[in-house]
Amino acid sequence: MSIMKEFTKGFVRENPTFRIVLGTCPTLAVTTLAANGLGMGLSTTAVLVASNLFISLLRKAIPDKIRIPAYIIIIATFVTIVDMVLNAFTPDLHSRLGIFIPLIVVNCIILGRAEAFANKNGVVASLADGLGMGLGFTLSLTILGSLRELLSAGTLFGKNVMGAGYEPFMVFGMPTGGFLAYGLVMALLNYVFKKLKLE
Amino acid sequence: MANLVAIFFGAVFINNFVLSRFLGICPFLGVSKKVDTAVGMGMAVTFVMGLASLVTWLLEYYLLVPFELQYLRTIVFILVIAALVQFVELVIRKISPVLYQALGIFLPLITTNCAVLGVALLNIQLEYNLLEAVVFGVAAAIGFTLALVIMAGIRERLELVYIPKPFRGVSLALILAGILSIAFMGFQGMM
Repeated sequence: MSIMKEFTKGFVRENPTFRIVLGTCPTLAVTTLAANGLGMGLSTTAVLVASNLFISLLRKAIPDKIRIPAYIIIIATFVTIVDMVLNAFTPDLHSRLGIFIPLIVVNCIILGRAEAFANKNGVVASLADGLGMGLGFTLSLTILGSLRELLSAGTLFGKNVMGAGYEPFMVFGMPTGGFLAYGLVMALLNYVFKKLKLE
Repeated sequence: MANLVAIFFGAVFINNFVLSRFLGICPFLGVSKKVDTAVGMGMAVTFVMGLASLVTWLLEYYLLVPFELQYLRTIVFILVIAALVQFVELVIRKISPVLYQALGIFLPLITTNCAVLGVALLNIQLEYNLLEAVVFGVAAAIGFTLALVIMAGIRERLELVYIPKPFRGVSLALILAGILSIAFMGFQGMM
């Protein structure tokens, strides 16, 4: 039961993008296309699950005083692995995400979960927490990416869905549109949560 | 020289780190409630980013490239930046307690400011030489400070205004940043 709860909290109640507001840089930067959002989300999830697992396993071995540098090394190692895997198997996605792949290291969600959860909890709970938070992040990024792609190009995952006569909102493909889309979706969700009495 | 000027204005206005490259958004949203703290944070970031550009550039071309260790770049850079921030904190505390009082609380936060690691990686990606890299680092940080201070100024005034409930907090800050970034898009015609 509680494992299930650790897993599901990342989707709505403690959603990293819209509720806790962490990892905002990749959220804004890569969500010009739905596929980018999905790719970034899954890469972050992979790093988060692996780092949560290892930090939880090593939580009694790492001295308290140097825990942050130790976490950073663990996280950076997995980021490097993900970077190489993406470069080898999906070079197209790798070049579109660009500098934001190495920057997963400083994504505050990962260090945040390490500090707030993995260093206090067991291996299974930490895995569930990492997977749930990561997939919650992926979900948010995919929603934002789909919305921006739909508005700025009339496509969804590269497929034309709005018909030929659609006049695109170019602004949603630009940085400005990233801020606006994120802010407006967050306001909408705040309103919905208020109505549903989730807080 | 003209090249350096172009890099400087490019990083401050045209490709502003916060508003167009999306680096350093977390402190941009977190520390932009008051102008004083925004200025303090900006100064600390400028100092660290200039120094980080210098050190990471030297490491890349005198350590990683000769030994063909470029795949370790991410790990090496983040560790160096973390160590550098600690070192800067110690030095400032020793040399100038007044400055430490002003910057102290911001320094630990800078390690996870993606603008610092971002500028180090961009310096390598854009193949800048040492002088260009340092100018780019400092200019990027000045751009960050500029965006932060403008944002803080606006948010201080918004404190007194009625805002519909769902928009309060981060949501409105993001929409504000969107409007600010439209203003900065105007600079694109400069070059």
